[in-house]
Amino acid sequence: MTKSGIIGGLLAALCVGGAAGVFAVAWRPAIAAINPPKPQSFDTSLVKRGRELAAIGNCGDCHTARGGKSFAGGVPVPTPFGTIFSTNVTPDPETGIGRWSEAAFRRAMRSGVDRDGQHLYPTFPYDHFTNVSDEDDAALYAFLMTREPVRAPVRQNQLAFPLDHRVLVAGWKLLFLHRGTYRPDSTKSAEWNRGAYLVEGLAHCGACHTPRNALGAERTSASFAGGDVDNWRAYPINAQSPSPVPWDKEALFAYLRDGSHPDHGTARGPMAQVVGNLSEVAASDVQAIAFYMADMFGAPTPDRKRQGEAALAQAKSAPAPASRANAPGGSIYAAACATCHESGRPPPYGGINLGLSTAIAGPDPRNLANIVLSGVRPVEGERSPIMPGFAASMSDAQLAALLNFLRSRFSNQPPWAGVERTVEEARRADTTFLQTFAGPRNAAAEASQRDKP
Amino acid sequence: MMILTVNGLTHQVDAEADTPLLYVLRDDLKLNAAKFGCGLGQCGSCTVMVDGKAVQSCVTPLVLLEGKQVTTLEGLGTISEPAPIQRAFMEEQAAQCGYCIAGMMMRAQALLQSNSKPTDEEIRAELQPNLCRCGTHMRILRAVRRAARLMDTADASPANHGSTP
Repeated sequence: MTKSGIIGGLLAALCVGGAAGVFAVAWRPAIAAINPPKPQSFDTSLVKRGRELAAIGNCGDCHTARGGKSFAGGVPVPTPFGTIFSTNVTPDPETGIGRWSEAAFRRAMRSGVDRDGQHLYPTFPYDHFTNVSDEDDAALYAFLMTREPVRAPVRQNQLAFPLDHRVLVAGWKLLFLHRGTYRPDSTKSAEWNRGAYLVEGLAHCGACHTPRNALGAERTSASFAGGDVDNWRAYPINAQSPSPVPWDKEALFAYLRDGSHPDHGTARGPMAQVVGNLSEVAASDVQAIAFYMADMFGAPTPDRKRQGEAALAQAKSAPAPASRANAPGGSIYAAACATCHESGRPPPYGGINLGLSTAIAGPDPRNLANIVLSGVRPVEGERSPIMPGFAASMSDAQLAALLNFLRSRFSNQPPWAGVERTVEEARRADTTFLQTFAGPRNAAAEASQRDKP
Repeated sequence: MMILTVNGLTHQVDAEADTPLLYVLRDDLKLNAAKFGCGLGQCGSCTVMVDGKAVQSCVTPLVLLEGKQVTTLEGLGTISEPAPIQRAFMEEQAAQCGYCIAGMMMRAQALLQSNSKPTDEEIRAELQPNLCRCGTHMRILRAVRRAARLMDTADASPANHGSTP
């Protein structure tokens, strides 16, 4: 609160400093309302293209409340500054975007301004969407305007003064929004550029995987160095990646496409939705994303490569029996974890050898605590991993003992600090983050809907 | 030697700390309602209650159970005096082969103890970890709804059956 208070103060000062200038910077005209276009007026191939793009952009995840209608908004997004609710992007004329022209939609994507001329909060990642081409915006517009209109009034954001004044967002944009569509790098291949266009634009990977500064903007100097989202840690996906085996483009492609990789495990938490979406789009786009991201990870150093090979060799060799000296963590591991995680079956049906787990090699145990408490629920209509949750049978102390045991047994990293606190926080957030688990697929990615416009 | 409280009785069990509860229930205590299905915590046939919460006993080592109350189906009712959940499952003929049913009843019991009037959605979501290969899901749903009604009457309140959380 203190932090946001200071930020609020700074923003207020910024605002008072030049009221007239601010007006010039902040004022945006409304764009005339239109009568909602008939769904039949859109070209079906454009709508289909829009469906794929919406999947890549993961639009449905933020704009569909759990158990709610697709794209009708209302999802609370907790931020350090307060809670912001996603908006209704169905073509409902009163509560959605039914009266938005394509130009209004493009302006929102490009510069975060709604049809009325109000600034949108940057929880809507227009700092990335500004890179999206006019062509792709047109396809996304066609897709959204042909969805079922849902009457769902936008919920009031919960922001403290002065952050509830949208005019402040104009100042934020001056500092952090770099307008302009993606400009290809002519020294790189077409595939690299395609990947960069998607990753930096519509797919907005950095929104979770890049740390943010005090004003909530991505720190460009720390691109892909890891961030926090919905009580999960988004791992660093650059040279700082803590994964025991270094990532390469083949592994990235398999993971993003299938949701798991034998050397890395399965994608869960908020990433589950992302890989679910990517299983439904053109393989070439996922390949391009993998190609570009492999470059962001960079080639592993010889040392890192050796460590990866050692981790793999150890995972494949017969496991050493769990040491009794580590009781009770070792006993819990032996009965609750080893039956799946030492089965040797590849994911998604077998658990990966924990020596390959990024959650255990990572800098803090938050994701591991989340997974052990809530387990991994099967996803309806999908071949997906299952893991029982242990929230009902493990106390905080027992869970902490297990996490400490796993860290010492399966990584060569130093012990984690503050495991007990992390466990408490994970337990408290349990019910909240369960809601991000295994929800129904969003409409953009439903296999049965794929061939429909 | 481990100490274990099951259905209100305390037992001294000659087993290691990492022994799964299911093995002790079936092999040592001869409480055979909980079944071995997958042994991986993926099918739910071994479900029992620990301090009123549904827990898969095949992946629950004894070390986790110190000072906790385990309740198995045997602790809810008997053949001559079945608990509401058992009566409801019989009256709805919810069992076909019956292998999953003890686990289903235990998870349903835990649900009804914390939520006496669950919606169909809530019942489905709660029972999701328990698999039934015969396909009696609709009868199981009806049985859970019937059990909720039975428990709603004063003489068969859940507090009279099983452990209270």
